[in-house]
Amino acid sequence: MKIIVSIKEVPVRDSQLRIAADERWIEDGDLSYEMNEPDAYALEEALQLKEKHGGEVIALCAGPASAARTIREALAKGADRALHIEDDHIASWDTLGLARLLSSAIAAEKPDLILTGLQSDDLGYGQTGVVMAEVLGLPHATIVMAVEVLDRKIRVKRELESGWFQNIEMPLPAVLTIQSGINKLRYATLMGIKKAKSKELKRIEVGELLVIPAATASIERVYLPRKAKQTQMIEGTAKEAAAKLIEKLKFEVRVL
Amino acid sequence: MSDTLLVVTEQRSGEWNRMSLETLAAGQKLAAATGHSLCAAVPGHGIAPLAGELGTKKLTRVYAVDHELLASYTADGYAAALEQLIRKVQPSYVLFPHTYQVRDLAPKLATRFNQALICDVIAFRHENGPVFVRQLFQGKLNADVKPAGPAPCFVSIQAGAFNPEHVEAGTAPVEPFTPELAASEIRQRPEAPFRESSGAVDLSSADIIVSVGRGIKEKDNIPIVEALARAIGGELAATRPVCDSGWLPIERQVGSSGQTVAPKVYIAVGISGAIQHLLGMKGSKTIVAINKDANAPIFEVADYGIVGDLFEVIPAMVEEVKHSIVAH
Repeated sequence: MKIIVSIKEVPVRDSQLRIAADERWIEDGDLSYEMNEPDAYALEEALQLKEKHGGEVIALCAGPASAARTIREALAKGADRALHIEDDHIASWDTLGLARLLSSAIAAEKPDLILTGLQSDDLGYGQTGVVMAEVLGLPHATIVMAVEVLDRKIRVKRELESGWFQNIEMPLPAVLTIQSGINKLRYATLMGIKKAKSKELKRIEVGELLVIPAATASIERVYLPRKAKQTQMIEGTAKEAAAKLIEKLKFEVRVL
Repeated sequence: MSDTLLVVTEQRSGEWNRMSLETLAAGQKLAAATGHSLCAAVPGHGIAPLAGELGTKKLTRVYAVDHELLASYTADGYAAALEQLIRKVQPSYVLFPHTYQVRDLAPKLATRFNQALICDVIAFRHENGPVFVRQLFQGKLNADVKPAGPAPCFVSIQAGAFNPEHVEAGTAPVEPFTPELAASEIRQRPEAPFRESSGAVDLSSADIIVSVGRGIKEKDNIPIVEALARAIGGELAATRPVCDSGWLPIERQVGSSGQTVAPKVYIAVGISGAIQHLLGMKGSKTIVAINKDANAPIFEVADYGIVGDLFEVIPAMVEEVKHSIVAH
């Protein structure tokens, strides 16, 4: 089966975020980037499905030229080829516009399955997969914890709230958004990294995709959240702070 | 009725998703600020009692969106039904609770109106029209988002952001709405929801919980927090990524996909405080946060905080407890 995995590059998890001077976004010049974690699980699921059922895994990514590094990582882990919608201003597209760009880039591929992470760790809209399904006219399921391929259809385990799950069947082709923890991530091998250098990485210009941007919302200002609670910050060396905290748990909270 | 604001509630098998009422509270507040009239819809099958209940709230109208094909949720069925309702009502704003179901449904629905969902909203302000506040980077930053493009604007409200007890009572007529649906249009075949057999760990009865997040770095470090839990007589719990990595069993997971707890004290060790985790523990009576990042969102809900290296602070706490027991 032909599987497309849509991946995004996001600032590494423990980045110290500084708000940009115009307060519209963060200072992103000196940040390091990595593959969005739920997308890494989506890629792993695609690679495991290919190992079980044969076929091809194609990585799809919209981002600046520097995102090629993350795309190479996907190739090194085992994706067969990649499509890179290369644009330095990709962040200015909203969810709907971006999903239209991604859909347009893969329309000619006619995949059996499209996978992506359930949300990005930066914007956290969690909509790209669902909107792609609607744009492409395909059925979808979100927050998926298991994928079983049947004859021209799939059965997936959806996560509901509070420890509940539900199995759903739907015809292929389909779009799934993958939950973190669905599988165990692999590392790229040295052989994989070497092979990745010769795999096809096709660059696509935004202009080729014939999508007209139409902003549905704009970020007016980005700022640090105001604290909802009065927090007693306990200062001192680790030993001093630990002693003070234990004392407070004993005499203020009275639990010890 | 372009001066209408529509709240779409959520139920399963005739029971409210509690967040529906929170969204109703948000809707009443937004309608009061903008001067819109507020309507509410409840989609499903056999939902007359719930629609009747909405009829006792301060609303202009209640739509009982009833069809046998809506008995179980499917993205295709619910999107088709709500698309028809929205085309009829023509609201300026459509509000949803930000549930797992809405995450599956609302982006699809919004796309049909050339809109994107402004999701996971925690507050709003009114300045020449509403400005919605949502979180970025897993709660580390907030953003003010201004809607643009054609009406309606689709918004989903985060759990715990509005108080369901603030819903104002009133009377509203209930209008049945029967969407035109065909079984052949619904591609998803849902089976009955189920729970996985969970282990014997019931965190909800613990008075003290010591919970560990990614800051613990690797499985081999788990005994460090385990020692603290043992020393102070607490249960050990963890965030989703720690359980996903197999460092602790999933029965010990706290958060929107795991257990919801409210102990006397919750000690969050190396937990940044993503919203999915906060939803499972923010009802704790006292929250202690120990984290190396002073800007971690966990400090926003903490009563006591230590900015420091858990690998130094936690063993020091264990020593302190042992020492004080000897001193008794």
